[in-house]
Amino acid sequence: MKTMTTALTAGILTLAPLAAFADTNTDSSDPIVIPIHNWSSQIVMSNVVGQILETQGANVEYVTTDSQAVYESVRLGDVTMELEVWEGAFGASYRAAMEKGGIVDAGNHDAVTREDWWYPMWTKDACPGLPSWEALNECAALFATPETGEKGRYLDGPVDWLKHGQERVEALDMNFAVVNAGSAAALWAEIGAAEADKKPIVVFNWTPNFAEAVWPGEFVEFPEWEEGCDTDPAVGPNPDALYDCGNPATGYLKKAAWEGMEEKWPAAFATLQAVSFTNPQIAEMAKLVDVDELEPEEAAEVWLEANPDVWASWVK
Amino acid sequence: MADAPYVTANPFNRSRAALLFLGCAVVLTMLQYAALLPSWLHRLPETMIPPFAAWLDVVFNFIKDDLGLLKLTRFLTSGLENVLDASGNIFFGKRRWPNLGPMPWTAVAGVAAVIGYYLGGWRLAALAGGTFVWTALIGQWKIAMETVSVLVVAAPLAFIIGLSWGIAAWKYEWINKAIKPVLSVLQTLPFFTYLLPAVIFFKVGPTAGAMATIVYAIPPMILMTTLGLQKVSPEVVEAGKMSGCSRFQMLRHVYLPSARSDILVGVNQVIMLCLAMVVLTAFIGMPGLGAKLLAMMGSFKLGRSFEIGITIVLLAVTLDRMSKAWVIKQPVHFEKGTSWLNRHKTLVLAVCLFVGFTLLSKVIPLVGSIGRGQDFSQGRELDRAIKGFLAIDGVQSVTYGIRYVLNVWVLNPFRDFMLSIPTPAVILIIVAFAISLGGRREGIIAGVFFGLVALSGWWDRSIITLYSVLAAVSIAMLIGIPLGVWASRSEKWSRRILIACDTAQTFPSFIYLIPAIMLFGITATAVVGSITIFAMVPLTRYTIEGLRTVPLEMTEAADMAGATRMQKLMNVELPLALPTMAVGFNQAIMFAFFMVIIAAFIGTQDLGQELQRTLAGTDLGKNFVLGICVSLMALTFDVVIMKWATQKKQALGLT
Repeated sequence: MKTMTTALTAGILTLAPLAAFADTNTDSSDPIVIPIHNWSSQIVMSNVVGQILETQGANVEYVTTDSQAVYESVRLGDVTMELEVWEGAFGASYRAAMEKGGIVDAGNHDAVTREDWWYPMWTKDACPGLPSWEALNECAALFATPETGEKGRYLDGPVDWLKHGQERVEALDMNFAVVNAGSAAALWAEIGAAEADKKPIVVFNWTPNFAEAVWPGEFVEFPEWEEGCDTDPAVGPNPDALYDCGNPATGYLKKAAWEGMEEKWPAAFATLQAVSFTNPQIAEMAKLVDVDELEPEEAAEVWLEANPDVWASWVK
Repeated sequence: MADAPYVTANPFNRSRAALLFLGCAVVLTMLQYAALLPSWLHRLPETMIPPFAAWLDVVFNFIKDDLGLLKLTRFLTSGLENVLDASGNIFFGKRRWPNLGPMPWTAVAGVAAVIGYYLGGWRLAALAGGTFVWTALIGQWKIAMETVSVLVVAAPLAFIIGLSWGIAAWKYEWINKAIKPVLSVLQTLPFFTYLLPAVIFFKVGPTAGAMATIVYAIPPMILMTTLGLQKVSPEVVEAGKMSGCSRFQMLRHVYLPSARSDILVGVNQVIMLCLAMVVLTAFIGMPGLGAKLLAMMGSFKLGRSFEIGITIVLLAVTLDRMSKAWVIKQPVHFEKGTSWLNRHKTLVLAVCLFVGFTLLSKVIPLVGSIGRGQDFSQGRELDRAIKGFLAIDGVQSVTYGIRYVLNVWVLNPFRDFMLSIPTPAVILIIVAFAISLGGRREGIIAGVFFGLVALSGWWDRSIITLYSVLAAVSIAMLIGIPLGVWASRSEKWSRRILIACDTAQTFPSFIYLIPAIMLFGITATAVVGSITIFAMVPLTRYTIEGLRTVPLEMTEAADMAGATRMQKLMNVELPLALPTMAVGFNQAIMFAFFMVIIAAFIGTQDLGQELQRTLAGTDLGKNFVLGICVSLMALTFDVVIMKWATQKKQALGLT
């Protein structure tokens, strides 16, 4: 607590003169509401940005929400911003909210996201040809479960993430059956169970993610993504099918804000637009919580203290 | 057999009608198997399905915007928010008016112990104080208080609203009639259906969490209040009238005190349901234990999640025992002239402890709050233990065997069989079941309800939901009922098993999901298994209760007739306990319908999965249609089984 107070006071003292120069219109004193979800990097990032905004004198509050339902709340102004809009997982909800109006794009992070078939390292011992997808297909029997019979099992993400695993299996004529997990926690549980006796397993996974630190692994290399792979059958190796290539390896990670934020908290909005994290930074924030077992607020303090040069430029 | 002549005099022969319906169903299914059935009789054609979701969306938008409901609820929200902010300040030091909090943990634990002592002696004092000490020592004080700060607002509100509606329903028959079906739907509506409206109307955050909790907790409060007031004996009412009570005085001094025990049972239910919502409401902004639990599960920290689960169970058990002790405790009367201090001993003690610990916390910070690194969390060690357990060869091969047999030979074939039955045949089977157990009225209800489910256009998913429920309840019966029978043999084991039931019921169901997956994979076995655990609770509980309340004369008569233990059980005790056990069976089905939706987090292909998909916030209408499908199926069973239990009770002369 002490360090945080000191850090905050120091921050405010150094920045106060700047703020006085830069800003003619001041931010509202109403609380800025930042949503937090159930994965560590997002929680820490929200706390980091929240604490940065507090150095600017903003009044910040956090609220726990579902990561899909949050877009409706941003639209209504109940929540002021969303710091991690994943192209793959939340793109659809985000675009739906965009169409209804009330939400604005606040720019992208430097970080890129990748979501695709993934396996933990021990799988490679059993199937040395990996990460090529053809090699994976030849090892399909290794991934069989009682329910899938001869075929290998690929564990896809929850249906609402719309990952098109089934379509890809068909398009590339793979010897796999697709099973949808109901939640991220279910995926981890399966990996955790497979870890016990190093059973080969191939699941849907994404980066940046805490799992990289816990279970080292690799993405399966599918035919590279080309524009139009999801709309034009001619694109990709199979001329008659959609989804016959891997997901884009560089999906966006966006920030979104409530439409009224710019007017109500101009300075905070400017900061939000400037905020940009990289993949290693996100991984580091996640590690502080997942591996070092800090509480998210403390992790944010530690990160801010360790990386002043990163965030100083975001604050105007 | 009081109603034997009634049955014979009834022109409507139940078993014959049921057989007739069943016969039709079998014929239809045979035709389907012989590929002779036209496809429109197998499944309702898409074109015949009315666009309920779109209609509902129009209605919602009209009510929300044109009628201005949103403005009204948002106005209420801001009031509620102020109250929540104040309680947030007192419990965990949220920076809001009145800027007094947070209360030191020692002070809270001390006061809890004193209240426990007042209500139920040393044991309850130890339980209440111990719960809070555990919470602080394990390092969850702040998050637990975040949860409590919302519950102390939500529970009393649910109590007041429930009590008022209960009184209104007792006073005016038309309110009673109008409110009953609404309450039944509310009690069976899956949780995901509350979620989205709560967010839209009451703002994501503690306010939406509190509102969802209140709506969930109200129904039993209303029902118990009405029931209690209806039971007040005419003599008491007469006495009140003779003393010249005004209408309000009658209510305040005659009716409510006489209905006290029933109302307090309602209070107990409110508290338990509030705690049951702690984790689920975290999806819509409820802070505290639930939110932390979701975050922990998201990063695969089983040990810490497990500790949070224990805290929730401890809180629930403490509040449950305290409120039950309050039901039994009658108001204390003092002799005239007893000094104020003597009359208010406990109050004085509580205040002294509170002030003392608060002052102490100014000197010794540890008394005020336990920080990081000072707690005794064993999260990592628990994780290691779980992983170690899974790595044992025997465990994996046993679970693999169970998984193989259940999935490949039992569950998946059963599901495919249920899906292969034509829609009208399923409805006929359900109607037959309703007629044979309930009667003509129940048969009609079952037909209408399942007909609506067919019209909703979500038939296959509804059937998969139903199959999970039936499979889980069947397995739960195979385990739960023998367990209950065995436990009821001795006082000691009854008590132990009942405590286990309480624990299983209040332990956040999310936490079972993960071990279930680790043992059985993302398969039907894990889904059915986790529902089974939950559904077993009421089955075991009511079996024990039913058997232990069999009148002593009956068992003695059996003993004198020279019955063996087995004969006594099968011919005397079980038949007499059956109506009570049926209530347990009914609850098991309700619990299973609740849990099957939550099992969507494991990975299912039923209504729950589709409901989860609507969370993105655009499909309010679809969300509601799906919820109603679950509700209609659950209600059918509820109506039929409860009717059967009442008939049986009357026949046995147990009422």
